[in-house]
Amino acid sequence: MENLARLLKDHPFLAGMEQVHLEFLAGCAANARYAADEFLFKEGQESDASYLIRTGRVALEVSIPGRGLAQLQTVETGEVLGWSWLYPPYRWQFDARALEPVRAFRLDGNCLRAKCETDHDLGYELVKRFLYQVHVRLERTRIQLLDVYRADT
Amino acid sequence: MPEQEYNLQGADPMLPRFLRVRRAVVETHDTITLELDDSNAAPQFAPGQFNMLYLFGAGEVAISISGPPDDRQTLVHTIRGVGAVTGPILQLRRGAILGVRGPYGSAWPLHEVSNGGRDLLLMAGGIGLAPLRPVIYEVLRRRREFGNLTILYGARTPADLLYRGELAQWRMFPGVSVKLIVDRAAGVWSGRIGVITDLLRTVQFDPAETIAMICGPEVMMRFAYHELVRRGLAAERIYMSMERNMKCAVGWCGHCQLSPFFICKDGPVFRADRIQPLLATREL
Repeated sequence: MENLARLLKDHPFLAGMEQVHLEFLAGCAANARYAADEFLFKEGQESDASYLIRTGRVALEVSIPGRGLAQLQTVETGEVLGWSWLYPPYRWQFDARALEPVRAFRLDGNCLRAKCETDHDLGYELVKRFLYQVHVRLERTRIQLLDVYRADT
Repeated sequence: MPEQEYNLQGADPMLPRFLRVRRAVVETHDTITLELDDSNAAPQFAPGQFNMLYLFGAGEVAISISGPPDDRQTLVHTIRGVGAVTGPILQLRRGAILGVRGPYGSAWPLHEVSNGGRDLLLMAGGIGLAPLRPVIYEVLRRRREFGNLTILYGARTPADLLYRGELAQWRMFPGVSVKLIVDRAAGVWSGRIGVITDLLRTVQFDPAETIAMICGPEVMMRFAYHELVRRGLAAERIYMSMERNMKCAVGWCGHCQLSPFFICKDGPVFRADRIQPLLATREL
């Protein structure tokens, strides 16, 4: 676990986090590997983890009747994927599919929730980091919505 | 080349030369590259400059030059067919005739990058890769004069990416990095999906030794500019190419005026600290 805490420290999402919190998080973390085309999770399933991507690229996808598969965004090396475990009803809203071989730290959502409830300093630190990710992702989505490359813009 | 005044004495600047299409390359469903035979008295252009293209019966439109600056036999333009003039131009093929006036406008400041072998960061969105392509040709031709070249290119979908063959070739050069991103995709695309500022987060650059050049839709350039500044690049090291409704192309008519500037003669390439404050002004 000490080794895992050392590895977690190097992920950009956890950069600068206190050692005591890293060791706490290591208790909720596991190494995970996914082959290209393998799903990390699917829409509607219970959301029970966050994925800190160490290498590789994952696409967030949704299937639209009559239109087929739509790829919404990609998440890759150094980024974090998934925070639906933070809020009820704890369900994934999209599919996440590995576009290439992916290595990640899988942080168990139930474990994280329990630890955040007992250690509010850790909870605040984590929520702050997730909120920044939400901020970045929201900004990205807004720019995508502008559809700036459309012919009449 | 610094922004410059044009010498309007001599040849009539409103008089087009007539050139024949030597080759037409269909790039995407709405974009074509026309190679014009310019083997007689082709005026030299600098990367970033534009020509006025005149199509009989349709009108005239400002289009950036997108070919190699050292090719004095061929004039290359990449055109997206979206309007009353560019729409019909999309239908032109080998042997067709186009009127050409130019080159006009300011150029990308390549001398600032080559002076001291600085790194160059290009951010292109959509058709905005076309005005930057002559820069890429020049940097690759004079490779030793420049530091690292990073090309970040965003498009609407994978099918809208321009110059796909060349993108693959460019990334084979030492010290050259090419990263692509699209706004949306459906199924078979395994590249990045998101916006061009996402690409910026994936690259490391030294703000003290880097010059950035941005070309694309104005709103994309605004977001790119803000992200570059957030990453520590001074506004004086950022350049962007502006687009407005250009008619005369020599600063007479005022159609392309943006506050104190005429985009056709003061631009289209501006240093960001001169132009950026105007971009978020609703009234302009």
